[in-house]
Amino acid sequence: MGRYVLRRLIISIPTLLGISVVIFAILAFAPGDPLSQFANNPEVPFEVREQVRRSLGLDQPVQLRYVSWVTSLLRGDLGYSFASKLPVSELILQRLPATLAVLGSAYLIGLLIALPVGILSAVKRYSFFDHFATTATFIGFSVPSFFTGLILIVIFSVHLRWFPFIYDSTIETQDLESLWRQIRQTIMPVAVLTFFYAATMARYVRAEILENLPQDYVRTARAKGLRERILLQRHVLRNSLIPVVTLLALGLPHIFTGAVITEQIFAVPGIGHLLILSIVNADTPVVMGVTFIFAVLVVAFNLLADVCYAALDPRIRYS
Amino acid sequence: MDRRIRAPGIPAFLVISSLIVSACSQQATPGPAATAVATAAPAQSAAPTPNLRGAGGELKLLFWQGPVIMNPHLSQGSKDQEAARLVVEPMASMGPSGTPVAKLAAEVPTRANGGISADGTTVTWKLKSGVKWSDGTEFTADDVVFTYEYMADKAVAATTASGTRNIKSVVARDKLTVVVTFTAPTAVPYQWGVAETSAILQKAQFSAFKGANAKDAPGNQKPIGTGPYKVKDFKPNDIITYEINENYREAGKPFFKTVQIKTVADALTAARAVCQTGDADYGWSLNLAKDQLKPFLDSGRCNNIVTQGTSAESINFNFANNRLTGDQRAEPNTSHPFLSDLKVRTALAKAIDRQTIADQIWGGLTGSASCNLINTPRELISPNTATMDVCKYDLAAANRLLDEAGWVKGPDGIRAKGGVKMEIVYQTTVAAFRQQVQDVVKKAWESLGVKVELKAIPAGVFFSTDLNSPDTASKFFADVQEYANGYGDPDPEVFLSAWASENIKGRESGWRGTNYWRWKSAEYDALYFSLVKELDPAKRRDLIMKMNDLIVGQVVSIPIASFLRPVSGAAKELKGPIANPFEGDLWNIADWTK
Repeated sequence: MGRYVLRRLIISIPTLLGISVVIFAILAFAPGDPLSQFANNPEVPFEVREQVRRSLGLDQPVQLRYVSWVTSLLRGDLGYSFASKLPVSELILQRLPATLAVLGSAYLIGLLIALPVGILSAVKRYSFFDHFATTATFIGFSVPSFFTGLILIVIFSVHLRWFPFIYDSTIETQDLESLWRQIRQTIMPVAVLTFFYAATMARYVRAEILENLPQDYVRTARAKGLRERILLQRHVLRNSLIPVVTLLALGLPHIFTGAVITEQIFAVPGIGHLLILSIVNADTPVVMGVTFIFAVLVVAFNLLADVCYAALDPRIRYS
Repeated sequence: MDRRIRAPGIPAFLVISSLIVSACSQQATPGPAATAVATAAPAQSAAPTPNLRGAGGELKLLFWQGPVIMNPHLSQGSKDQEAARLVVEPMASMGPSGTPVAKLAAEVPTRANGGISADGTTVTWKLKSGVKWSDGTEFTADDVVFTYEYMADKAVAATTASGTRNIKSVVARDKLTVVVTFTAPTAVPYQWGVAETSAILQKAQFSAFKGANAKDAPGNQKPIGTGPYKVKDFKPNDIITYEINENYREAGKPFFKTVQIKTVADALTAARAVCQTGDADYGWSLNLAKDQLKPFLDSGRCNNIVTQGTSAESINFNFANNRLTGDQRAEPNTSHPFLSDLKVRTALAKAIDRQTIADQIWGGLTGSASCNLINTPRELISPNTATMDVCKYDLAAANRLLDEAGWVKGPDGIRAKGGVKMEIVYQTTVAAFRQQVQDVVKKAWESLGVKVELKAIPAGVFFSTDLNSPDTASKFFADVQEYANGYGDPDPEVFLSAWASENIKGRESGWRGTNYWRWKSAEYDALYFSLVKELDPAKRRDLIMKMNDLIVGQVVSIPIASFLRPVSGAAKELKGPIANPFEGDLWNIADWTK
């Protein structure tokens, strides 16, 4: 097992380098300009824009820029944003709390809803509840978040005036009142994401259980006269949740990158918002920083999923 | 038995695909910021009495482009300069009518008060005495001189550097006098020192960062200023909170205790929060379509802050041959197979129904039809284009002109002459209204027997200086391109230089010229050279109108509409905002009250 993990870790180094080369190349060859907002402003002529490009090092050949990016990365330095001149790590840290608060809670609540719903609708297959849950998850899975987000805004912000639709990241939780303000502004974005996560996971849970129910070992257990509850808890659930754990582990890195569209709609200053703005403004160091950390997390959680898999399923042995 | 397929390629695929997905979901980037001129604006409220400093609680402003840096000289767009404007000030603001208003200066130098020398080469600025920085230290002429040196320093790479062009020196004669000497007599004495692009930085805070290390200055996030507010907390692209600068020189101002600039996803969200739910007091630059904006304004909860802007949407022709391939493509020494013919250009211009287009898209709320490139200040607007034939919509006449020019319709319905078919590639930036204009113009031109292929390019690509991209405005590898063009200074000399032949640049010079259309006219060049040398304001006005008329009359550019600016929404209770085409919306924020 230890050797397996070590081998995977070593393999992940070229993988990560490969990812960074590909992303860097895409960014380098994609047309774009950090100063494009000044583009046809006669007060910002070509000479000035070229001077700025030079000061950002954009006049260097791509390979040199890549090498200098990797060298600073090895020193633990993600570089500086072209736009705000702040260290990329500082920008990411600034946005981490809101991202984790919104996406983390949505993921957790989504899971807490998905498990009972998925189990119940599998066990009571074709019941009224199952039909209802299947329809709801189908909707949650297919309706895009910008649509659910806007519907929530129109109902709860514009008509009922219950919740604000502009996230205020300056609120510091000191007392009950500020805590309530914090919760109020988080409810809608979390609801939108929870709906999606819960729907995705519930469908998966249901499918896995349904796959296990007709298996021979279930019939054997029933023939033994095992009670249905115990059968479900000890045998069916344990076996069906193994792939679900994998799914969960693989989904965790996405919490880090944030939810681009939902963050945009509710003005949540998350990492997805940072990423999309940096892409639009050709802010290469920030895009590289966010995507590279994401790549590291994806690789790490893949490994973690595989390790968990072996721990949960005794039939699996890595060597 | 590993049941799952694992390959190193999968994580890479995940990352890249998420990158692509996010890139596709991006909001449409705004077109280049319009700049503008002033007319109607809500009446300015009476000056608050001295005891009103900080009486007004919190002022909430919404921007849909997030400010990222508070140093206006390293800004990435006008939104950064606007956010910084609460903190750092220029010596004078450019007023809505195009005349400067003194801020840090005791008075605006003019010829009459002797501030501008008789030969037009030196401008002497007298500064207010007793002005303090927000840290309590004294503001002096040294800070002004330092700011000039900072902007002009190549290693700093200031985006405002062009303000320092043609300036020989800026020196402090004494603690409160600054002398600006130009290399030659200048017609634009306020080019440096006036407006937010010349905001004065504190020498003590920035002197250690005047060079390649400019990016490391803590002042980039929290500049010390002389303005009404200072930065309390700054999160780029998210939120900025300001608090009162207790050392602000004007007694009783500012009215609001704190100010907050929050970034939201788009203009629609900002409009909804200001005009519908009342969550904010001011929505910056609500560039919305008429149908989207109107319901918000009709709701009666907010005012539309607008004035005539300098920016005009126009369609420009390519005079070079973009059909050639390789190194010769659209080179300045080539000639377009049919657009070089004035009759053809006139016909294409006459086929455009600018009135209908403007009524449908902007409906007077954000813009209106115009056949002029110069639409403000009022005294510069040419009255001659109104009667010009080329400005009149007439499809029949357009068809006749093409017949006369010898372009006859072939069996496929497309006009041709000498084996050349009239096929046009028409490019512009991605923006809903631009695609609408494209569709209307395409239909009109196709009814003339011209084949039209439309291209929409993201603004960030279209306006980039990236030499690897074939889709930039400066390369102009198309027949026709459309976008909005404007000027920041009330004097449009720099703007008009884009039609002078000296600014035609091809492959050899990396397309670094502003005359993208490669139009050469001896007549225009003569007018331009006279303008550069002319110091008399009346004669300048005359020359500027002639240049406008020549561009329109020769159908180099077809103006479609002129934009209003800034088109921001202010809550009804908010008093004080005055639309100003030459400065950002927040230029007079010290005077805002509720």
